Amino acid sequence: MSRDVLLKIEGLRIEGRSGDTWTEIVKGVDLTLHKGEVLGLIGESGAGKSTVGLAAMGFARDGCRITGGTIDFDGIDLRKASEKVKRDLKGARIAYVAQSAAASFNPAHRLIDQYCEAPVVHDVMSRDEAERDAIDLYRRMQLPDPDGIGFRYPHQVSGGQLQRAMTAMAMSCRPDLIIFDEPTTALDVTTQIEVLAAIRDIVRQFDTAAIYITHDLAVVAQAADRIKVLLRGEEVEEAETRRMLDAPREDYTKSLWAVRSFARPEQPAPSGQPILSVKDVTAAYGTVNVLEDVSFDIHAGRTVAVVGESGSGKSTTARVITGLLPPKRGEVLFEGSPLPPALKGRTREQLRQVQMIYQMADTALNPKLKLRELIGRPAQMYLGLQGRALTERVRDLLHLIELDPDTYIDRLPGELSGGQKQRIGIARALAAEPKLIICDEVTSALDQIVQEGILKLLDRLQREFGLAYMFITHDLATVRAIADDVVVMQRGRVIEQGPKAEMFAPPHEPYTELLLSSVPEMDPDWLTRLLAAREAGQTPATA
Amino acid sequence: MIALRLALGIGLLFIVSLIIFGATELLPGDLAQQILGQGATPETLAALREQLGLNDPAPVRYWNWLSGALTGDFGVSLSNGRPISELIGARLGNTVFLALYAAALAVPISLILGILAALWRNSIFDRAANAGALTAISFPEFFVAYILVLWLAQTGLFPSMVRINPTTTFGDRIYMTFLPALTLTLVVTAHMMRMTRAAIINLMASPYIEMARLKGLSPLRIVLRHALPNALAPIINVIALNLAYLITGVVVVEVVFVYPGLGQLMVDAVSNRDIAVVQAVALIFAGAYVALNLIADVLSTITNPRLMHRR
Repeated sequence: MSRDVLLKIEGLRIEGRSGDTWTEIVKGVDLTLHKGEVLGLIGESGAGKSTVGLAAMGFARDGCRITGGTIDFDGIDLRKASEKVKRDLKGARIAYVAQSAAASFNPAHRLIDQYCEAPVVHDVMSRDEAERDAIDLYRRMQLPDPDGIGFRYPHQVSGGQLQRAMTAMAMSCRPDLIIFDEPTTALDVTTQIEVLAAIRDIVRQFDTAAIYITHDLAVVAQAADRIKVLLRGEEVEEAETRRMLDAPREDYTKSLWAVRSFARPEQPAPSGQPILSVKDVTAAYGTVNVLEDVSFDIHAGRTVAVVGESGSGKSTTARVITGLLPPKRGEVLFEGSPLPPALKGRTREQLRQVQMIYQMADTALNPKLKLRELIGRPAQMYLGLQGRALTERVRDLLHLIELDPDTYIDRLPGELSGGQKQRIGIARALAAEPKLIICDEVTSALDQIVQEGILKLLDRLQREFGLAYMFITHDLATVRAIADDVVVMQRGRVIEQGPKAEMFAPPHEPYTELLLSSVPEMDPDWLTRLLAAREAGQTPATA
Repeated sequence: MIALRLALGIGLLFIVSLIIFGATELLPGDLAQQILGQGATPETLAALREQLGLNDPAPVRYWNWLSGALTGDFGVSLSNGRPISELIGARLGNTVFLALYAAALAVPISLILGILAALWRNSIFDRAANAGALTAISFPEFFVAYILVLWLAQTGLFPSMVRINPTTTFGDRIYMTFLPALTLTLVVTAHMMRMTRAAIINLMASPYIEMARLKGLSPLRIVLRHALPNALAPIINVIALNLAYLITGVVVVEVVFVYPGLGQLMVDAVSNRDIAVVQAVALIFAGAYVALNLIADVLSTITNPRLMHRR
């Protein structure tokens, strides 16, 4: 490729502040991007991907500062450029697509007003032209009702549609470069495909250069010409996509490729009474039924994975089991005897038996409590441990989750990494010595290497204590790794259920088929092939 | 939803009226005795009690009072026998005028100061505005009032006493009421300004503000167009609280400037044991609080698209 160089970053150094000290988080990264080229930037969280991406716009988040290197965008030195010069570039020639479109659209304004803002402010188009252009781009991004969708507020539009609307918005000034910062990470597999395909098409149509930041290799393989791997602020390697996938050079890259290797050994068929039975549960928020006749069993020592896209009722089922949402009809049996429908009616002993681990460890842990208290509270409340015995128990639990008690027992959650926080969530659930743990998307917010560690830990604990897991997830790779039984849900109903081996072998229900075929594969041609196949009607089209 | 809120407001006012009536019931002493003085004969006392309906059971008297109040008839003043609605009428107008005047100064000033302080966070301007506003709120109202009298009235710029009557022209009113309005402005600005600043700064870390910065928008546009609309609900509520305060809490300022407002009427009525006037004024004050908070709730709802435009 001998096209003109658009962006050239050399020796980029960025520092981040924690408390009063500055530490280097990007340590001399070089990056070259040609016009119309798509570069994938991958690495685990904390690798500095987003920081590098934003630096390509001459921007550093609050608490970060660019300390070294050069950033040259089409002949403009972004490190020396004035704020005014950079403002004129941002949005006009370099645009940004954020991870969470739901959070990055201003809730106070209609989509089209936010679309028109950049073109009007940057004097690219008049307001009327921008509106017509918005509708055109909404159509190209295959948004439903392109003429009307712009006149809705962000909360009235689904996550996948918002992500496409945000990509359209980034295109509004026809920039030379777009930074995509994890644009599909927060989406379901089925939605992810649509957004991914739309992004790829529009970038090709307008011949826009892009930096595509993600931790999902299979995703970046579909969109990028070249891939650069980052680790702790340093480049590991960079290569053309196919070569990178076929022949990764560095050990770290190989380890990224191998992440999905973990698989739980086949368990013997369940026998005897299930630990927990959900029987014909129908539940509603207000008058709208969100669960319809949901039934399944969970046996001791086994993992039931509940899969489905967001809004399918997975988490609502968990709320019914834990008693947070009393069902309209049906019941939940624990070891054969019915649990009182509402939390208030349950005894402490019944509460102890079912514990929960949450998706966002960040928000599920009280930031003001030390680990000693966070983990100690349930042990104190359910088991009546006090003083020395309690401290011993907390230390044992920290050992179990592979954190050194001497180092960690008096730390606050804020001093831990994402994976460590999730381990604390696990320890807190274990502290009650439950028989069933409900894991609600516990690995979704973590990158793959950390995910692997958490999954292995959960597996070991399960074997040691004979725990039963209800594992809520939308990630089929995770299901493949840890599930014994699978329950597929869609729109509040159970579509299909059975042992994992059966579920992953054909024939499938159409919806299960759609879910399975939507999981990205490490093959640059996968998306193209899948879309072609769906076009030809070989697999069910996305509804 | 707004209808529900309105019903709640009316219910609240009803409860307040019960409390006002109940509280005055608990006061010791006999109204008839107070009106006629110690020299009254038992017969005249009994006759007056009968005439005032004091022998009726409390619920009946409450109902008579409330139904009268609802039609604007608060009864007659016990101290001078004039209809209370007449006493209140002109003074209510004065009080509302002063409150609106002070609000017209204070609300724009605090919004602008708050927005600029948020825009230039931690700058000299931010610190000076905060320090100034906090200083003003820290002094007692009468102190601020006398300082202003010292500076602005002693020099002859503005009158230190407000002599207005129904024939005073609007321009004269504005001129003569300037000092009390300025005093009140100084007292309420800090609260509103700091809430504006805090509400905006609170949002400046949100992803959509970062998005706005990455679109290359100017800082002022980001604050005005992207932060302010989302910060309106808390700001509106603080403004409403302060407006209610301006109507009900200005007794001290009225006394200092000899301003004929409701606050002075209330104080006079309390010292004269004119229970009927106290009840009426208390009910009006409660009504102002309930109405302003109701308006604030409605405005907060209207400015929130998530509540106005359902999915």
